[in-house]
Amino acid sequence: MNFSTLTSQFGALTFDGLVLGAIYALVALGYTLVYGVLRLINFAHSEIFMLGTFGALLSAHAIGLNAESAPRSGLALIGTFLLVTIVAMAISGLAAVLLERIAYRGLRRRGAGRLTVLISAIGASLFLQEAVALWRGRNYETFPRFLEKEVWFTLFGADIRSDKVLILVSAALMMIALERFVSVTRLGRGIRAVAQNQDTSVLMGVNIDRVVTLTFLIGGLMAGFAGSLNQVYFEQTRFSIGIVLGVKAFTAAVLGGIGNLRGALLGGLVLGVVESYGAAIFGGSWKDVVAFVILVLVLMFRPSGLLGETLQKARA
Amino acid sequence: MKYLSSVTDAVGDRWRELPKATQRLLTVIFIAGIAVLPMVQIPLLDTPQTDFPSLLFDKIGLYVLMGIGLNVVVGKAGLLDLGYVAFFAIGGYTMAQIGTLLHWSFWLILPLGVVIAMSAGAILGLPTLRLRGDYLAIVTLGFGEIIRITAVNVDWLGANRGVPNIPWPAAIGPLNFEDILNPKPFYWVLLALIILVIWLLKRIDRSRVGRAWEAIREDEDAAELMGVQTLKFKLWAFSIGAGIGGMGGVLFASKVGFISPDNFPLTLSVMFLAIVVLGGSGNIPGVILGALAISYIPERLRGFSEYRVLLFGAALVIMMNLRPQGLLPRRIRGKVI
Repeated sequence: MNFSTLTSQFGALTFDGLVLGAIYALVALGYTLVYGVLRLINFAHSEIFMLGTFGALLSAHAIGLNAESAPRSGLALIGTFLLVTIVAMAISGLAAVLLERIAYRGLRRRGAGRLTVLISAIGASLFLQEAVALWRGRNYETFPRFLEKEVWFTLFGADIRSDKVLILVSAALMMIALERFVSVTRLGRGIRAVAQNQDTSVLMGVNIDRVVTLTFLIGGLMAGFAGSLNQVYFEQTRFSIGIVLGVKAFTAAVLGGIGNLRGALLGGLVLGVVESYGAAIFGGSWKDVVAFVILVLVLMFRPSGLLGETLQKARA
Repeated sequence: MKYLSSVTDAVGDRWRELPKATQRLLTVIFIAGIAVLPMVQIPLLDTPQTDFPSLLFDKIGLYVLMGIGLNVVVGKAGLLDLGYVAFFAIGGYTMAQIGTLLHWSFWLILPLGVVIAMSAGAILGLPTLRLRGDYLAIVTLGFGEIIRITAVNVDWLGANRGVPNIPWPAAIGPLNFEDILNPKPFYWVLLALIILVIWLLKRIDRSRVGRAWEAIREDEDAAELMGVQTLKFKLWAFSIGAGIGGMGGVLFASKVGFISPDNFPLTLSVMFLAIVVLGGSGNIPGVILGALAISYIPERLRGFSEYRVLLFGAALVIMMNLRPQGLLPRRIRGKVI
């Protein structure tokens, strides 16, 4: 144990934790939305995220970026980031919708048990991982750096670096947009209605299949966005990258209160920061254990999460 | 698929109509047949990488044992455990550490490993079994990873290098375990343990505990209201399952002689769960069939080994959509209480 690192680098650890937490939060949104609407853990969501990282990688390759290419600036930078991110989101969104069609819809219509649905999801998860492993190989692939990682200034010991700021700001914008969408629009009201009571909302004329597709689509888009940011930050991916991140994002969702959008945000950030502190105290190799221990503690002492499970309430 | 269940049901009915003595005789003949399996050369059964007798222990037999153990947790009590590999690892490391450091005999470590795994199950179960089913799935998934990461990080457990030179069991009578190329003695020990476990579980199943599990699985709230101490019985199921997992781990470690964290990946938990669900959750013959399918078919397919996990994933999805109750589902008990 080593508390001196924690105290001497407190600012840096907190900031880095928040950046990591923003990525967790984006993936956690997918778990939380699907759980809120269908009461089901979308076990294959981690693979949707993984596909997003590959979407970003392949689109970067497609526009001629490679390991040697110089970082871009100005409009070219913005254009590149937007293109890479939109492709990642499109691929993840599409994959999530297809996943729901193939692995879940038939089971949901028949009212199959949870175990059945979970196994189907595990099967889909294995299939997607292996498909990518066969296609791209099993080694890490490097993501070309198109954004210069320069430190702008230092605040309380934290390096305020371009890519970290990009992640925090864009993730925040994305989450505000989602929150507005769910609480203001007609489609968002449909999602909340189904989350509150499926049978009643069907009687009130909500098209449940459309709502479920939409829920998976939104979760997929967020995961794709997270995949793109993950690439910008860590600059590498491979077929199995989703597993541990998926469990952590789920932890974040439970920590904040599963089914609660703001909870996913808070849970993600808290988890990212605590994990960052944990890695400083116990050493980097234990950081995954920190996340799991937190999950167990939360479930023991506050199973409804920090903010409670409230997608069904009027305020999303 | 419908046809398959009517055939198995008919076979089941026939079986129950036979006199007790005939049943016993047939069981003995059946077990004897399985016991001599590694002695007879059946060329068609060999797989591209291993001969059939070796495969009978590592994969087939072990998967059957692990499937039966996890079936207590998932099939009987209806608890979803996604980290069953943790108990397999606990058994394996118990054998490795006590065998190499204290030089205890395998025959002493076997029960010890079971007890340690059961205790680990109880310690994990006590705080988490109060939770909703799907939360339990994630907590156990996390637990499986914690055990593996601990094994990777703790130097005393061999870290990434693993533990080499794990002793083999002391010879009993004509059974000599020294020749590592001869899988037969291990296979017979494993077979004996599987039979013992099945026999014990059958007895538990017919007892108060078995009825309590069934009540919990069908409707936990109703069971609680009827006075079933649900937490206690769930804890028993979890512990018994864990103990059987630990037993498998001890055997595995002693057979292979070398274990490392790579032997206990997350995907193994998924495989164990797939055995139970594919075969028919809650039904021991079904689970055995599931274990055969999941251990043997991928080995056989090594010819196009590249695609076997891919095909397996697709098979799980298709299976759940076409026949969610598994290949050989349990029959609903006529009178529960």
